[in-house]
Amino acid sequence: MIRLIEIYKEYDNGTKALKGVSMRIEDGEFVFLVGPSGSGKSTLIKLITGEIAATQGRLMVNGYNMNNIRPRQIPYMRRTLGIIFQDFRLIEKKTVYENLSFAMRAIGASNRELKRRIPYVLELVGLEEKADRYPGEISGGEQQRVAIARALVNNPSMIIADEPTGNLDPQRSLEIMMLLERINELGTTVLVVTHERALVNRFAKRVVAIENGRIISDETGGYYNGQTI
Amino acid sequence: MARRFDFGYFVREGFRSVFTHGFMSFAAVCMTVACLLIMGSFSLLAVNLDHMLGDLERENEILAYINEDYTEEQARAVQKRLEQVPNVSSVTFVTRAQAKEDFLEGRETNPLLDSLPAEALRDRYRIHIFDIELLSQTKAAIDAVEGVENTRAAEDVAQGFVMVRNITTGVALVLIGMLLFISLFIIANTIRLATFYRREEIAIMKMCGATNGFVEWPFVVEGMILGLTGALVAFFLEWGLYELVGQMVVRSSGLSLVNLIRYQSMARVILPVFCGTGLLIGVGGSLVAIRRFLQV
Repeated sequence: MIRLIEIYKEYDNGTKALKGVSMRIEDGEFVFLVGPSGSGKSTLIKLITGEIAATQGRLMVNGYNMNNIRPRQIPYMRRTLGIIFQDFRLIEKKTVYENLSFAMRAIGASNRELKRRIPYVLELVGLEEKADRYPGEISGGEQQRVAIARALVNNPSMIIADEPTGNLDPQRSLEIMMLLERINELGTTVLVVTHERALVNRFAKRVVAIENGRIISDETGGYYNGQTI
Repeated sequence: MARRFDFGYFVREGFRSVFTHGFMSFAAVCMTVACLLIMGSFSLLAVNLDHMLGDLERENEILAYINEDYTEEQARAVQKRLEQVPNVSSVTFVTRAQAKEDFLEGRETNPLLDSLPAEALRDRYRIHIFDIELLSQTKAAIDAVEGVENTRAAEDVAQGFVMVRNITTGVALVLIGMLLFISLFIIANTIRLATFYRREEIAIMKMCGATNGFVEWPFVVEGMILGLTGALVAFFLEWGLYELVGQMVVRSSGLSLVNLIRYQSMARVILPVFCGTGLLIGVGGSLVAIRRFLQV
């Protein structure tokens, strides 16, 4: 569960990225966060993942109070999140299986846990046949599915996808979104940051629109009509 | 999910990383070898200089002349008292007859000395001391011993030795300190360059919830491997270099004055010092280099 109460963020250079954002995302929800470039979406994600701290306001992420979280607690908070990026961020020198095992090792999982969990997650994203391939040997859509598998492998309570379809063609984008929807149906909260109006409107989920550092609409089953929102 | 400290994993990752970033590893080892060789060579030079000065110092002696009226028996009795003087390392009695022989050695052709009676010379002691810096005080203490008429010592030469030794030690310490600092800086930069290529990897680990310790350990292991490899290579190269330079010095001086310490006899000190310094610069360099990439 994520709770933002009157969050303000001003960067050192004076840019006011967020100006009093309040929002609540319950466990098990599927939420689209939409808005134009520079609207404050990335800042919001960075606050949730603990990369930056808010200037003012209260923020709770999966039971962690981000206002007074200690630096050494941040890794443990991040283990409750699975993060997916537009550019996949896979390690090129590691196979698909190793990219996943690397993420599990990072939180101290044993070999037994790796052997049990990785095949299950690869099957979930439909890549069980590609475990031994390197990222350079598979397509962009498959790479993003590996990234989703990596985000899922530690069984987080929430998935945050930052422009997950930005580098993919419409058909692959749709597949990725359907995969995220399925993951949500299995009980994981999903927050998707995107520009893609057609995709957002096709799924009819909760849509939070942000512009100029403020939330301008928040509707369940809502629609997104791009720049004019 | 179990949270455990998997040291085997860190060691495997450390080794893997040494080989997957082969060129940077090679560069880091070369830098370590170069730094250790420079520091090692300078230290060995300083140690040998110190050793040679020590040899020369030991040859420096105080002559204590015994009262002319003393019989040989009485003169010999003074030895015990001399041995009790602080800083005295050895006391050798020289009889008048022996002193005369020593004096005539090399002067056999001088007819004027043929009739020199042994009584013209005095019984004496050759006294060696531990610390040449205390020569004046020791000389004064010997002067005060009953039965000693007067003493003679090359105080100017002794002071010269002390000064040369103090200067070499000081210069050596300052230079070694500076070289160590420069080495650390160079190694840290080499490893920083190596880690720069892996900042993406580190960022991904951090995003997955890895603790700083988890990210650091493989780098620490890698630093240990590189540092130790550098130390071992430097140890053997230094050995070869030392033998080579040693032979050249001995050959060119043609004198037995230059008496170098054997490398093997110093190996028990050199190897641990090299390994320790290698580990310090390897691990220290690794930690310094990745610190800033951990701020994610």
